[in-house]
Amino acid sequence: MSHQTPTDRGVPPGGSPVTALTGAVAPHEAPVPRTAPGRLPSETVGRRREILYFALHGRKVLVSVAILLVLLVIAVVGPILRPGDPNAFVGPLGAPPSADYWFGTTTFGQDVFAQFASGLTATFLVGLTGGGLAALIGMTVGFVAGYRGGVLDEILNMITNVVLVIPTLALLLVVTAYLSARGLFVEAIFIGLTSWPWAARAIRAQTFSLKTREFVDLARMSGASSLRVIFREIAPNMSSYLFLTFILLFGGSILIAASLDFIGLGPTDGTSLGLMMYNAVAWSALQLGMWWWFIPPGLGITAIVGALYVMNVGLDEIFNPRLREA
Amino acid sequence: MTLQVTDLRVYYRTLAGDVRALDGVTFDLADGEIMGLAGESGCGKSTLGNSLVRIDGRMKYVAGTVRLDGLELPIADMDRMDEFRFKDISIIPQYAMSALNPTRKIGRMVADLLESRGVRFGEMRTELERRLLLVGLTEAVLDRYPIELSGGMKQRMVMVLSTLLNPSLLIADEITSALDVTSQRAVAETLVEFRARGFVKGMIVITHDVSILYQVADTLTIMYAGKLAEKAPTSVIMQKALHPYTDLLISSLPEVGVRFDERRLSGIPGTPPSLLNPPPGCRFRDRCPLAFEKCAEEPPFVEVAPDHSVACWKVA
Amino acid sequence: MRRYFGRKLSIYLLTFFVAATIDWLIPRFMPGNPVQTLLSRSALPPEAVPAMTAYYNNLFGLDQPFIQQYVNFWAALLHGDLGRSVYLSGAPVAKVIMDAVPYTLALLVPAILLSWWAGNKFGALAARRALLDNAVLPIGYILTATPYMWLAIVVAWVFGIVLGIFPISGGYSYALEPSLTWTFIGSLLAHWVMPFASLFLVMFGGWAIGMRNMIIYELDADYSRYLKALGAPSGLIRRYAFRNAMLPQITGLALQLGVIVAGALVTEIVFSYPGIGKLLLAAVQNEDYFLLQGIFLFVIGGVLVANFLVDIAYVLVDPRTRLGMRGESA
Repeated sequence: MSHQTPTDRGVPPGGSPVTALTGAVAPHEAPVPRTAPGRLPSETVGRRREILYFALHGRKVLVSVAILLVLLVIAVVGPILRPGDPNAFVGPLGAPPSADYWFGTTTFGQDVFAQFASGLTATFLVGLTGGGLAALIGMTVGFVAGYRGGVLDEILNMITNVVLVIPTLALLLVVTAYLSARGLFVEAIFIGLTSWPWAARAIRAQTFSLKTREFVDLARMSGASSLRVIFREIAPNMSSYLFLTFILLFGGSILIAASLDFIGLGPTDGTSLGLMMYNAVAWSALQLGMWWWFIPPGLGITAIVGALYVMNVGLDEIFNPRLREA
Repeated sequence: MTLQVTDLRVYYRTLAGDVRALDGVTFDLADGEIMGLAGESGCGKSTLGNSLVRIDGRMKYVAGTVRLDGLELPIADMDRMDEFRFKDISIIPQYAMSALNPTRKIGRMVADLLESRGVRFGEMRTELERRLLLVGLTEAVLDRYPIELSGGMKQRMVMVLSTLLNPSLLIADEITSALDVTSQRAVAETLVEFRARGFVKGMIVITHDVSILYQVADTLTIMYAGKLAEKAPTSVIMQKALHPYTDLLISSLPEVGVRFDERRLSGIPGTPPSLLNPPPGCRFRDRCPLAFEKCAEEPPFVEVAPDHSVACWKVA
Repeated sequence: MRRYFGRKLSIYLLTFFVAATIDWLIPRFMPGNPVQTLLSRSALPPEAVPAMTAYYNNLFGLDQPFIQQYVNFWAALLHGDLGRSVYLSGAPVAKVIMDAVPYTLALLVPAILLSWWAGNKFGALAARRALLDNAVLPIGYILTATPYMWLAIVVAWVFGIVLGIFPISGGYSYALEPSLTWTFIGSLLAHWVMPFASLFLVMFGGWAIGMRNMIIYELDADYSRYLKALGAPSGLIRRYAFRNAMLPQITGLALQLGVIVAGALVTEIVFSYPGIGKLLLAAVQNEDYFLLQGIFLFVIGGVLVANFLVDIAYVLVDPRTRLGMRGESA
């Protein structure tokens, strides 16, 4: 059946297709990469040039990369400009933005810019670690299930489905609540451990369709091991798809971490953008009209995740010419 | 004369420039003629079929005219062409297995389509059921979803639907490639039957599989690299083709005719030229065993015998 | 169809079983004596400590073998006993949660249904009109990338503080007693508007983009190409494409439920809306683990039930599931 069933497209939740599979979307869900994988080697040389062309001319990719770079620079340069503990009480209480305190100060006299810069770092780290781990698990499960099939596939599928329906945040709630000290990486690892299922499912479907291609048969017939076939034949042929999946997992991890921090289950030391919002709400920044306290952290998250989603779409258009606007 | 195509040029837009998939094609299709259109993949045969029905966003009409029953078709105008589609010119697509909306009952989809073209479904129903019986389907399929039908049933359903309004011209695009040999034969016979019953006047059967054409086609047209190489009655092509490419193509077939039985399946060495910037002159020159200086000029597609045209300096 | 639902149900039951087991394991799995940890962290008056220690010990049944503890846990769970809330001075967790549920549902159900409906309509429209598309696409991406709580904060600040149109805190005015009067209902509504709107907006963006992308994909599908080749008007083709694009949107809804519920919880926290989210925050801040675990089980149960409802909707739209010919589905 060439009419793709929605499941094959694997809809990413939690800061999301796919697709859609190109695809498919819901709240906090960017389009699923729909890139057709499995191009033959002979097509790649010309395509590489084409990809470079579109990467350089595609506005979506350029703009999103620019936004991410700016935020990355702030994250790196911020701590140099404002050395010391970002939570230290350094300035006047509840001061609006000024030349000395660009983003103003909190009710307690903490420098919002210093917190913002260090929160950005935390956000990037959570995205990278959580998204990376989720991508790793998703790929392993997806490749093995899709390539080996059989009972192993059934079991992995069952596990995937179970983890998929458990609300990630709820699971993280009970787990993290019992940890008396929570670090950034612990948080990221827990996020990675719970947010991989949709990726596994999407990758499994792709692997499944690639498995029957001639070049995979050829490799198998020439005696290559399963591992070798997966890493030398299948993975490279869906590399663009895997990359898009990673981008979505990256953004998803950031959003989950923000929610967790906001409930008060974030890292117990340091700062994060979610924690800034938690404190702003807890200490009535809203009622006091201290917009400089709660606008930057949320804007930062929105900018990062939005840029990732737009980059995903831009890259999808590059990898999959059918989506380009004529 | 059912169809007259004159100097048709349709290109594909790509980043690197226009791919000249159809680069000046001229031929006629007589009333009641089934023309086979064959060639390697990428030679432009499907582009030709598609251009006559629908030039989509990735294609670009460049030049040429198409006349059907004496009337010039506005093939470059997507909207005006709608009036001719289905009623005058129709297609059985390559993807017949997936051509039916998966979430609509087939009868409902047929009704939707007919009504949208100003034809009352109620008035067509009897005829539709008669034709379904002809291909071995019962009216029960109308109450089914596509997924409930086998591949062969879907194929036959699409064949009936595409020809329901008795179009003058039918394009059948690679319709046998997904089928086993027995089903291929049945499909081929159905096409001939449709013509015999006057469901369609003329037909262009596109395939890379010349053996199937041997069963159905009155004439064979061979394409190479966006141009016509040769057109002649099937028996002539099979027995005494003039163009060296036709010769090689026919002889590379595994199972056609007695003459080639002992021959091993031999591919033609070399590859067709890029259609991005095709070289001047005969496009088969580089692979041709008979090539000589004259081939640097482009050979015209000329009639060398009654109903036999060829584009080659050696034979013209 | 029976196979389809059977498969679904077995996955949901298994999921609930796994989730409940995790719920049971965690306090026992974590280092240290959970009872000591619990009591040292909760701000109990000294005279209540022995009573609570005995209560916890009894409840955890730590002197019994693990298997017995596990069986007891399930027995209690099946009787709807989720333990007692420390922070709410011993009130049964199940009752505390049930009191909060109507508020959460009042936010979630309309926000999910309306945003799904409107987002799909808008997305389909955007796929058709370039001008609208250029507006919907960026706005949709920004909305869907916005953390739920931040949009809630911004909405609360703009409409509650700056413009002063809506109250920003609570489920109804503190000056009122819950009653069936127009004043009270008006107050409920006024407090409901902003949390609803901010939930709605974030989801809307996601659905709109999803539908837009799906439609474009469907318009390129074989059945669309066939209809175009037969000269069908674009209205018919779009109608078909829309209907088929709904399928992944329904699947998407099922997959998104967890995220949506999480979004509702944090939105409630911003507005101090008296639903599960506010309860959750209180549970975390007061280290009320029974309440926390009860919320966990309750949310998972709710999401599973909602998943099943979505499955039913899916079957109504996709004939392939009815025919039982799909081996696997979401």
